[in-house]
Formats: sequence, C-alpha cells, structure tokens
Amino acid sequence: MSIATLPKATAATLTNPRYVPVLVTFGLFLAMFVAGGLRYEGFFSGQIILNAFIDNAFLLVVAVGMTFVILTGGIDLSVGSVVALSTMIAASLMAGPGWPPYVVVPLVLLIGATLGAVMGFIIHVFEIQPFIVTLAGMFLARGLCYTIGTDSIKIDDPTFTAFAQTQIDLFAGLWISPSVLIALAVVAVGAYVLHYTRLGRSVYAVGGSEQSALLMGLSVGRTKIAVYTISGFCSALGGVLLSFYMLSGYGLHAVGMELDAIAAVVIGGTLLTGGSGLLIGTVLGVLVLHLIQTIISFEGTLSSWWTKIFIGLLLFVFILLQRVFSMRRPRRSP
Amino acid sequence: MSGKTESLTGPILLMRGIGKQFPGVVALDGVDFRLLPGEVHALMGENGAGKSTLIKVLTGVYEIDAGTIELSGQQVAFSSPLAAQQAGISTVYQEVNLCTNLSVAENIFIGREPRRRGRIDWKRMRARASELLAGLGIDLDVSTPLSSHSLAVQQMVAIARAVDIEARVLILDEPTSSLDAGEVEQLFDVMRALKAQGIAILFVSHFLDQIYEIADRMTILRNGRLVGEYLTRELPQVELVAKMIGQVLADLEKLHGEARAFDEPLVQAQALGRAGAVEPFTLTIHEGEVVGLAGLLGSGRTEAARLLFGADHATGGQVVYGGEPAALRSPRAAMQRKIAFLSEDRKRDGLVPELTVRENIILALQATRGWTRPVPREQQDKLVAKYIAALKISPAHPEIPVRNLSGGNQQKVLLARWLILEPRLLILDEPTRGIDVGAKAEIQRLVVELSDGGVAVLFISAELEEVLRLSHKVGVLRDRRLVAVLPNDDELTTEALMETIARGGAR
Repeated sequence: MSIATLPKATAATLTNPRYVPVLVTFGLFLAMFVAGGLRYEGFFSGQIILNAFIDNAFLLVVAVGMTFVILTGGIDLSVGSVVALSTMIAASLMAGPGWPPYVVVPLVLLIGATLGAVMGFIIHVFEIQPFIVTLAGMFLARGLCYTIGTDSIKIDDPTFTAFAQTQIDLFAGLWISPSVLIALAVVAVGAYVLHYTRLGRSVYAVGGSEQSALLMGLSVGRTKIAVYTISGFCSALGGVLLSFYMLSGYGLHAVGMELDAIAAVVIGGTLLTGGSGLLIGTVLGVLVLHLIQTIISFEGTLSSWWTKIFIGLLLFVFILLQRVFSMRRPRRSP
Repeated sequence: MSGKTESLTGPILLMRGIGKQFPGVVALDGVDFRLLPGEVHALMGENGAGKSTLIKVLTGVYEIDAGTIELSGQQVAFSSPLAAQQAGISTVYQEVNLCTNLSVAENIFIGREPRRRGRIDWKRMRARASELLAGLGIDLDVSTPLSSHSLAVQQMVAIARAVDIEARVLILDEPTSSLDAGEVEQLFDVMRALKAQGIAILFVSHFLDQIYEIADRMTILRNGRLVGEYLTRELPQVELVAKMIGQVLADLEKLHGEARAFDEPLVQAQALGRAGAVEPFTLTIHEGEVVGLAGLLGSGRTEAARLLFGADHATGGQVVYGGEPAALRSPRAAMQRKIAFLSEDRKRDGLVPELTVRENIILALQATRGWTRPVPREQQDKLVAKYIAALKISPAHPEIPVRNLSGGNQQKVLLARWLILEPRLLILDEPTRGIDVGAKAEIQRLVVELSDGGVAVLFISAELEEVLRLSHKVGVLRDRRLVAVLPNDDELTTEALMETIARGGAR
C-alpha cells in the first residue's frame, strides 16, 4: 500500500493483520522521536527527520530492493558489495578516462542490474539457495573492487560534485539533497509496482507459497529473476547515491550494508519467510535505524558500538514479534 | 441422466489406451476413460491403482507413453499444468494450492487480474470476486486474507478460481478429506451448481457414502488397469469394494488353522481415539495373537496403528499395556515397552537408502541405547548375520547400500531392524505392498512364526486374503471408525469382510 492511501485507513484497515507490523514500527518511531525530543535539547526538529533521509538515501534505495527479494522469501547478501563496486566503477571511469556522469551512471546501473539478473537466474534455474548464491556474488563484487584499485578514488567531475552538493531548500530553513528525492521516487515506484502490477502481486504470491504460485500458473521463475534484478539495480543506484554522499569510490565502502538493509526491512515488518510486508515499513525501518544512531550521538557519553547493540536488541524483539504474530495468525477453525 | 446427455453431445474428454511407465513399474496400462459434460464422475481404486497417475497425465504433469487424449473431439497433449488449464482442465487438489497470505479476491484472480491502463483494478477485481462466490452460494468479504477462512471456504475459493478460467473439466482430487460433514454438504451444493452449468467434474474421494451421494458414474482402476465404467446407481457398494480390491487367487493355504484361545492380553486400546484421524475404538491384542486390520485406504487403519505406537497423540481414551495404563507419548516410549512399528511408507519413514544393510538393521537398536554407547562391531556383525539368514535377505551381504536391494528385501531389512529389538507387539502396516509374491509369502510365514513364539502382531493390509490367512481376529474399519471385530473362524470369508467394509456394522 502506498503512502497516499494510508490516510483513508479506517478502523477496519488498522486492525487488518497486514498493517499491524507497520503500525508497530510507526509507533516505535514516534516513541523514539518523542523520547529523544524530551531528553535532548535541539532534537525535536524537522531537520532531524530530514537528515535521516539525507544520510540514508542510499540505504533506503538498497533496502527497497531488499524488500522485493525478502518478500519472495529470498535474501540478497550481495547488495553491500555491489554498492561498493558501483562507487568504484563510477569513480574510476570519471577520474581515469574522464567519462561524463550521464554515461557512467546508466552504465553502473546496467552492471548492477545484470549482476542481480545473473544471480536470480542461477537461483532459479539451478534451484540453489539464494543465501549461498548471493554470498558468492558478495565475494565476487567485493573482489572486483580491488581489481580496479585498492585505494579510495576521489570523484572531482564538476557536474557530479555540483549535483551532489545541491541543497534543495524547503520551508523554514529545512533542506534536503537531490538523493532524497531520488530515494523517495524509488520508494514510490516500488510501492506502485508491488501493489498495482502483476509482477508485484506475483512477488507476494511466490513469497506466500512458491508451489501454489506455480500451480496457479504464475511465472515463478520470471518473478524470482526479476526481484534479484531489481535488487541489483537498487544496489547500483544506492552506490551512485553513496558516491554523491562520499564523493569517492572505495572498495571498503558499504561493508556490512547488506545487514543494515536486512535489518531495516525486518524492523519494517516484512516477514523474513516472505509474502507479507510493505515498502512504507521499510522506510520506517531505515528511519528507526537512523534515530538509534542519532540518539546515541546526542547522548554523547555512549560509544558508537551501542548503536549495534540497540539494533541487535531491536532485531531480536522484532523477529520474536513476527514469530508470535505468524503463530497467532488465524488458522482453520477446528 | 448421463446416458441421455451422452447421446446428445458425446463425451467432452476421451482418453484411450493410456499407458504410463516408471522405471520398474507399469503405472497405467491401456486405460480408457471418458467424461461427459454435466456429470460428476468418480475415479475409484485402491492405493497404487493408478488414480493419481491418470490425473497427472490428464493435467499435464506427466507425459503419456501410449494412448490418446481427446478434448471436445480434438486430440491434445499437455506439456504442463498451465497448458492443461488453458485448455479448460482445472484441478483442485486435496491440499489447497492457494496463497493464504493474499486476499480471497486475489487468490481467484491472480495472474488474470482485471486491469485498467496497465494497473490492477482492485475495485473491479473485488466486485467480480464477490459476484463469482455469490454464484457458488458463498457470501464473504473478499478483501480479507485467505488464511482467515476455514479450509472448506479455501477449497471453494480454489474451485471459484478454477471455474473462472472457463473450465470445462474440473478435477477435484480428494477435496473432502479434511472437511466436516456440513462443509462437505456445502461443497456438494457447489458441485451440483457447476454440474448444472454443464461442467464435467472428475471426483476422487475415499468416502464411499460421498461417492454414492454425488457421483453419477464411476470408473474403477486396479493395479494400473481399467476394471470398468459403471453407473453409480447400478453398482451396489459391495460389488464396488470387490472390484476395487480384486480377487487375488488364494495360492497359499490358510496359515492359521483355527482361532486359538488366548488368555494374556498384552495391549488393550480403551476408547482410544484421535479427533479427525480415527474415532475412539476398543481393541484387545493378546500375546501371540495376530490381529488383522481391514478397511479401505483412508479408513483409519494407519491412524489407529500410529496411536498404538505413540506416533500421534490420542485425544481420548488410553492404552493398557501388560495390565497397566501406559502413556505412549512418543515412539520412544512405545519402543521402550517393546512395541515396534513397520510403517507403510518404507522409503519415507524407515530406510536410509545410502546406509548399508548392516547400518540400517542396527539403527533402532542403537537408538534405544543412545549414541554414547555404540553397539560393538562384533555384536553388530553377529546380529546382522543372524537376521540376514533368518529372513533370507538377498544379496546376503551386510555392507552394500540398502538402495541397491529390491523392494521385498528392503522390507525385510526394516523387519530385521525391529526384530533385533525383540518386540512383544509388532505393528506391520502394509508390509507386503509392492513386493513380489515370493517375498510376500516369506514375510507372511515370518508373521506366523513370530506369533507362535508369543509375539503379538497387528497386521494391516489392503489385501483381504492376506489378512484372513494370517489373523486370529480381524478389526474392520470404515470411514475412520472401527465398525466390527470379527473372530477368524471358518465362517469368515473375504466376501463377508467386503460386506462389512461396504455396509459397516457386524455381520
């Protein structure tokens, strides 16, 4: 369900099991925001929320792709490496031969999508666990980074840096970066695809029961290859957004980002077993992850490792909630 | 009525001389089958008769080796379930093959959603889904997830989906096995409505009463061959059962001459039952007694046996073992009381095909000792050699993988595994199914020897001759109920058994 339809939610919709996990995450987000606002000076501002988007635009885009994959019951561990590879390819092509960004960016996106498609193809055709195939993809992409270069490559293409440093002023001194708009556009398109297209509904069907989807005549193979392609594309786009943010390409960028993306998706209420979840939940998941970081930094005395501890605890709670939720799901009356 | 329709329009589906082989097995051999528009046609046969193979051939899951399939007079060959569906043959399986995480409306329309300017038109989809279900007499909120509805409703939704794909032939493969009586009636109403629309329905069910209530005509298969096609109203239930089970020539003498008198009850099931599996039954098994369980597939034979082995939890009643109530909470608890269970599906539940004969035989003994106390190799070799000789397992080599043995010898390996434990009650579920005549006779003789040695045996078989030959008394199950326990005296014949299976109640 897209954001636009949420205000129409009636009491019946609110108790619909589909929305409960998202509402829980939303409640958590509100509670953290209010708690932070009461405790810290200067926390209660719109820019805090906007910073969440500015600092995490790339993660949000990657998490959208991950949501597609997890909705089918799969997993994509390669996303962090593909992000790094994308920054590396973009930076090296702009710095070395001096290719213009409007050639480099589409090329990077194409490479990411192709990598994803190949992994999806292997997963489907050879019936191999997504976990192991994308793990191989993860090593492959990370390794390819170092064949390009072992050091960080600075991006100083004028068009690229100008775009990256653009501030879009909103009202009352608030601002966002172009990356935020791109990320939100990706979320909107993703939500549209999931809700209003056959591909999107097939994603849910495959996640619900692959066997049933097959017997209902859906093209399971095409759907699976499509979600990994989407995830590869989103990773590459995330890589482009990360290069806007860092203005460099580096093989050590985005180490462990696949885990952040999975965490955001799960905290956003998507079932790891597939078939249930909404993109708006993933957005909230990313925001919650960012709020944890912000609160830790406002606290000042806590080391940044506490971020990991809180994310870990939160994940435990959410996975347990999922379990309880799916066990309580109404079954056949005896 | 079907006779009249036939003369008007002819069959919508005509299968002729269908043959299908799997490695080592002829699953279908020259089977003819036809379906008329507007009829409910039951496909009958025991396990392994070829029912499911025929359905899979018809729905494009398997390709045929011989014969032709004609749909509305045109020869067809389906390469996939999807192709069959597109040609108008829809199937609803026992397991509802829908996505319970999606809404009712989506489950009906997914893959064929009404769209407007490229996007799914949810409003129209819900409206059409409601309409369609209303046509089947079902009124519910189609935007709710399918998982919030009962299995019966899910079954109807599956049918609604199947029918909306312009189905001309609807295959219902055991749709009623997990429905209660009211739900079955609801399903039958839907079937009658579809029949009136001229759809041909192929119906498979183990419940004879249901067949006689809904089916116009039936085709009977046995061992992959066609027995015949009959009008339901012209075929009495007894004859149906006889045709399904078949008359196997009694080439072996009755092994137990007379009913013996037993005085030591070993196991007593007292009002033992499990909701949805088998109704409460009372049965006494004495030491050295062979008790046969007869009944059609799905009558609750296996379910009753599993309760005695603790493989399922009873929801009522108790087991008295050696005079004391015994809580059989797990197979392990049963094994500690020297109860052994040879399951029906030796591939799935019993043998580990990659392990050797010796390892397979030793498995249960090892399990009772726990993994910290391995059986000494010397003792293993001695035991294994003893049972390979006693059961005439061939090839008589303990170190070859079990998967290389024939079905009969695999069965003997499993038997050996349980015999090593020196059971006091041995439960044999279809021990002779799918094995050759020689091995069959040896296993039967072994049962007699065990019983002479004081072991109680619960013997389950679909072959009535075999049950009669071995048992001291026979329990008859029908529709998940133990309807009679008959002493195996001279008066008890296979005909009498069939009669009991078909009619229920004492003779």
